[in-house]
Amino acid sequence: MLDKFLMGNEAIALGAMAAGVNLVSGYPGTPSTEVLETIAKVNDGSVYVEWSVNEKAALEVAAGASYSGARTMVTMKQVGLNVASDPLMSLEYVGVKGGMVVMVADDPGPISSQTEQDTRTFAQFSKLPCFDPTSAQEAYDMIQEAFDYSEKYGTPVFFRPTTRVCHAYASVTIKDEFDYHVNIPDGFVKDSSRWVIFPRLSNINHAKIEKRNMELSDIFSSYERNSINMGDGIRKGIATHGISYVHTVESINELDKKPGVFKVATPFPFPERLAKEFLESVDEVLCIEELDPVIERALLMVCGKYGLKTTIKGKLDCTVKLSGENTRDSVDSDIKKFLGLEINCVDSSNTPELPVRPPVLCAGCPHRASFYAVKKAMKGQESLFAGDIGCYTLGNAMPLDMVDTCLCMGAGVNITQGVGRIKPDTKCFAFVGDSTFFASAITGVVNAVYNKADMTLVVLDNSTTAMTGHQPHPGTGKTMMNEVTAKVKIDAVLKGCGVDVVEKVNPLELDKAVETVKRVANMPGVKAIIFESPCAVLFKPEKPCTVNHDKCIDCRKCIKEIGCPGLVVMDGKVTVDTSLCNGCGLCSQVCPVDAISRG
Amino acid sequence: MSVNVVLCGVGGQGTVLASKLSAAAAMSKGIAVKSAETIGMAQRGGSVFSHLRIGNDAVSPMIRSGEADLIIGFEPAETVRMLPFLKKGGAVITSNRPIMPVTSNLGGSSYNGLEMVKYLESLEESGVISRLIVVDTEEASKNLGSSKAVNMVLLGAAARGGFLGDVDIEDIRSAMVKKVKPQFVEMNNKALEYVKI
Repeated sequence: MLDKFLMGNEAIALGAMAAGVNLVSGYPGTPSTEVLETIAKVNDGSVYVEWSVNEKAALEVAAGASYSGARTMVTMKQVGLNVASDPLMSLEYVGVKGGMVVMVADDPGPISSQTEQDTRTFAQFSKLPCFDPTSAQEAYDMIQEAFDYSEKYGTPVFFRPTTRVCHAYASVTIKDEFDYHVNIPDGFVKDSSRWVIFPRLSNINHAKIEKRNMELSDIFSSYERNSINMGDGIRKGIATHGISYVHTVESINELDKKPGVFKVATPFPFPERLAKEFLESVDEVLCIEELDPVIERALLMVCGKYGLKTTIKGKLDCTVKLSGENTRDSVDSDIKKFLGLEINCVDSSNTPELPVRPPVLCAGCPHRASFYAVKKAMKGQESLFAGDIGCYTLGNAMPLDMVDTCLCMGAGVNITQGVGRIKPDTKCFAFVGDSTFFASAITGVVNAVYNKADMTLVVLDNSTTAMTGHQPHPGTGKTMMNEVTAKVKIDAVLKGCGVDVVEKVNPLELDKAVETVKRVANMPGVKAIIFESPCAVLFKPEKPCTVNHDKCIDCRKCIKEIGCPGLVVMDGKVTVDTSLCNGCGLCSQVCPVDAISRG
Repeated sequence: MSVNVVLCGVGGQGTVLASKLSAAAAMSKGIAVKSAETIGMAQRGGSVFSHLRIGNDAVSPMIRSGEADLIIGFEPAETVRMLPFLKKGGAVITSNRPIMPVTSNLGGSSYNGLEMVKYLESLEESGVISRLIVVDTEEASKNLGSSKAVNMVLLGAAARGGFLGDVDIEDIRSAMVKKVKPQFVEMNNKALEYVKI
């Protein structure tokens, strides 16, 4: 045993290692990414680790390994689960042999996601047991138990931390390596009655799964991580989970009369017997949850089933807010309101007006140049610019204003086709990053070619998965096992799919880039431009640009056109912020009087 | 009682490293630490914060309004943004160097950081802030020869001012020596001693 200062995601990774995980696959996505990265970093090569091309591939790879007796973990963020849901829904019916944990990180807020979907709800839908940790320490311990349950009951299980568990640091007590569980897979054993999904098998297994989950509800009622703390002199209680539980404990510690607390670590199957015991000890319950009212609905069900008179408050009666993350403050005021106590208010009426500071494309980001080149080339023409998921979604901000739509990974290439069908004279562009291209845009390209669409695909190739912290992908020539591998070439893929016009250009050579866009956009059919320039964060910056104030006519075109954070106004003059500028030189090509020069 | 610190700034300024270093320093003394960071999209030039709780009685990694003993601000407006977390009579250590958001440059806003520092000074006068240390970090970067040492300048001021509870400057120094490359130790040592307390 030793104590280590760990990020929640690192604790999850080390917990999986302690459980003897043999194979880990996943696709990057905040807040889940560091789990797989940690395993890749700390393991001596005995655990197979891969960034798969997308979450569906990751889940299928892990399923094959679990069929073969390996302990496996798949990592992704909540929206990644949607991509993996096709194999997962069926896998639940087939089952697994080696323990399989599907680690899905949820993102209340959302802080860096498209949706506030709740993997606990997905657990009910897909019938997978679900584990919901409250802290880094609990995550470390609980994921080992999750592997045991998975293997014992032959089902994949969900492990779903949220952002504040994933990205919180704490001192965590971990096992010595010689205490790790060792799992030696025996390899795939043929048995088509088990591994081939057919309607008859599904019918038989469906009933078995429902019965197993009823049994698990009872077993989970005795699982020590589901717990009740009886109230102290009042018949009121809080039902909660995850980080909200931790916030609740801290608020209650300060109170004289303490309400009861029901901590739900397994939202599905719901620990019904324990819930009934809790409900009988109180007259009124406040559910403090993030995302969906999962516990609240389950408690209402238990009240109905057993005819209990306990009042259940939460999201469904609008007692607490319906969206967003729970903070120490929101939990504290929810509890105080519930108990009829006074709420402390912070007076910030005298604060000076604060500048808003939304995230922006980095100084010197090549995406800025790519967007600007297309914008300039298409000026005055009816155009649609479909965006996608990645750093380049930030191209929506002023002054670029170059993202008209953004839906989910790989959607842009198909959305442009739909828009074009309704208004054929619109010039349709789909912007997609290199990692997203491989993850889920290729089928969209095939669809466009097959159905004779008229569109321009713009691949923003910065040779990395930048948004989530620079992971390798099929185009980078490196694997997560630190091996050199063949680079899958984007231009070759496109040509193979039947895109005949594929042009490569460096977006930082502005005139050439604009000329290329003008020429290619006017061609009929499906054509592609690959803007090649590495992520600005990944290479040593060149000397910063300088503004010659004798030449500068203060038109501020540089700022108004490209909005680079490296250009600032100081004492009424446009100046380069040398701590940010990486010398990309885009501004020097925008200036009408050549007042900006590269370093 | 735990010591609660909010570190804040703009994505890319090094708040996370400062928070991790303080945590390592506390852990080496056997003090439990909890912390929470901003990671993800907001890192791209947006407002970022770290919550750091040094002490065995902290349960949550997050800090509540009016609970922070200290704010360490890497940018003056970000420091002011975090003031609701500061307890009455808490301390503030802040850089005076503004980072202009793109939105301000576009809109021709007059934000220059001075008004933030003035506001903080008025709060020190009225006793809302017990101790305010404003650091000219641009000057510090010039003197130290690197803008990368700003986090050590601010952290050094916090430790030497006695604002990190039982964690003192020597604890921070040992943690720093373990974290940074040997050729940068001397510069970071100077950075830790830079602010006159």
